[in-house]
Amino acid sequence: MQSQAQYVLRTVEERGVRFVQLWFTDVLGRHKAFHVTPAELEDALDQGMTFDGSAIDGFSRVQESDVLARPDLTTFQLLPWYEEGAGVARVFCDIVNIDGTPFEGCPRQRLRRVLDTSRQQGYTFFVAPEIEFFYFQGLDVTENPQPIDRGSYFDLLPDDTGSQLRRRTVLTLEEMGIGVEHAQHEDAPGQHEIDLRYTDALTMADTVMSVRHVVKELARQAGVTASFMPKPLAHVQGSGLHTHLSLWRDDKNAFIGEGTYGLSDVASKFIAGLIAHAPEITAITNQWVNSYKRLIPGAEAPVAATWARFDSAALVRVPTLKPGRIDSTRLEYRAPDPAANPYLAFAVILAAGLRGVTGDYQLPKEGQGGVGLPQSLGEAVDLMESSSLLHETLGSHLVEWFLRNKRSEWDAYRGQVTPFELERYLPLL
Amino acid sequence: MSIDVVLCVPSCEGPVRKAFEVTGVTPAVATSGRLNEITALEPSDGFAGAVINAAAIPFNDAMNLCRQLRARERGVGPVILLLDHYQLDELTFREDLFDDFVVGPFDVSELATRLRHRLRRAGNESVAPRLEHGELSMNLETYQASIAGRVMDLTFMEYELLRFLATNPNRVFTRATLLSRVWGYEYYGGARTVDVHVRRLRAKLGEEYAHLIQTVRSVGYKFGVSADYTEGA
Repeated sequence: MQSQAQYVLRTVEERGVRFVQLWFTDVLGRHKAFHVTPAELEDALDQGMTFDGSAIDGFSRVQESDVLARPDLTTFQLLPWYEEGAGVARVFCDIVNIDGTPFEGCPRQRLRRVLDTSRQQGYTFFVAPEIEFFYFQGLDVTENPQPIDRGSYFDLLPDDTGSQLRRRTVLTLEEMGIGVEHAQHEDAPGQHEIDLRYTDALTMADTVMSVRHVVKELARQAGVTASFMPKPLAHVQGSGLHTHLSLWRDDKNAFIGEGTYGLSDVASKFIAGLIAHAPEITAITNQWVNSYKRLIPGAEAPVAATWARFDSAALVRVPTLKPGRIDSTRLEYRAPDPAANPYLAFAVILAAGLRGVTGDYQLPKEGQGGVGLPQSLGEAVDLMESSSLLHETLGSHLVEWFLRNKRSEWDAYRGQVTPFELERYLPLL
Repeated sequence: MSIDVVLCVPSCEGPVRKAFEVTGVTPAVATSGRLNEITALEPSDGFAGAVINAAAIPFNDAMNLCRQLRARERGVGPVILLLDHYQLDELTFREDLFDDFVVGPFDVSELATRLRHRLRRAGNESVAPRLEHGELSMNLETYQASIAGRVMDLTFMEYELLRFLATNPNRVFTRATLLSRVWGYEYYGGARTVDVHVRRLRAKLGEEYAHLIQTVRSVGYKFGVSADYTEGA
């Protein structure tokens, strides 16, 4: 610990860092930061930064509102897009109460707790998400957003802004030590995808926050808007966060076995857990009104809790392995969208899967049946409220705040009169 | 034999001037402490040493100047800091930036003695502990690592892993060994964490130098420069 602090302070001095951003995340996955100068850094590293938590969504409590942001020094990293000599670095923070206990509304520590539980059972959890997003022309996109290209799936376009941006983003991520497996043009115009190399779930949740920031920042520098909105355009597919999962035990992939598609008993039960609990965790993995416009039939997105090897509308897919790559045996959970809070999303996905393992759940037949996923935020929130799994995994403070916040979002939305209704009903009725 | 010229920042007065006279060296006074000014004052055979009064200019400026002087291709000989007593604490972890220091109020004979002593020893001055391995260079005192002259932005654990491997070149370490020797505590990723960090290090080393960290199939990793390596699993 001591030498880590020394490393950070010394690097700040050696590299001429002018600001250190202390990053943290609110309950909805919004990226927050303090900016401290090197002079204040030592104190911040030592004691953390005090702030009024009630200013942050999901952090408010009636009696006590002061909380501490405590830097996790292992995450200290220079941000490569700032100039040498006027550098900016970042470090992720955990939010703790003044007495040092974990703050209940801190998503990062929620995930930590779930990972601790799984470690007690002997498992480490690895994730590798595919992050989809759109590039739109210009910086103001609230009205009539125009994608920056007309490309489609895997298209190799002449060196346009989108490809250049995507390439620069991947190089920047690599400089930050974020491994990118590949990046490509996605199905819809202006839609791109970046696939990350697996890491442990906590590192990956941090990484998703970093990637969203880097994608948006580099786009902004090029006069383009990047958006992780789940379904920004009505008639093309939306953006998902397909998440590849594997469990390891004693440095062996616990999903490898003798069952169907080379899966182990643990893997079958994990899938069964995901399928059984999918409807109730969807409020977390798909947390916006807009998320449910992506989860519709015929849009390459899951609508029911099913599993399969090939069907791209299945909720859980068992990817085919490259020859000799048995260690990459994994599952793909296809519901989440990139506007989710990655800490909470990974936490509930792991909790659902593990519940299947500990509870000896039976795997249903491939491609069959499956309960429908919630079709709206309102429905998802109702399912969440009655879920004991979510209360146990996320804690009642977080669940209650989340329910309140999402009910009011749903109510605000329900009162809207949409162009769809006007066009259809006004002349007729 | 020419008379030694010693750089003096930001002034050379009172006991300092006297100490220079006693020692028989010529001061070259740079009032601003800017590199341009210093370079303009530099004699053709270079400075024999530098005396920087950190009590007379902002402390951070003094430290930055020391760092810049050290980073210059052409050295300035031993660097002696003049300090106020209360600044002593600030020297912690900056020991590599100077060769000697004197605390005020300044005594002429002490100053002169240190100056003479340092100038005499200048021929065999000590340098910061460094780890050099082909194009990889690690300064163990400042925690900075560079590859082919390019400074790498490493996280602490990446730095520690690289340092450990590079300190023991061509030795193969299992993931478990690396985890216990480098991390020393339980970590969320278990031994797979090592793979993740190796990947990140390779990404930061760049394609050309990624092979410095080699995967030894079904054993672990080693640091080396031989060509027969395999890509990471």
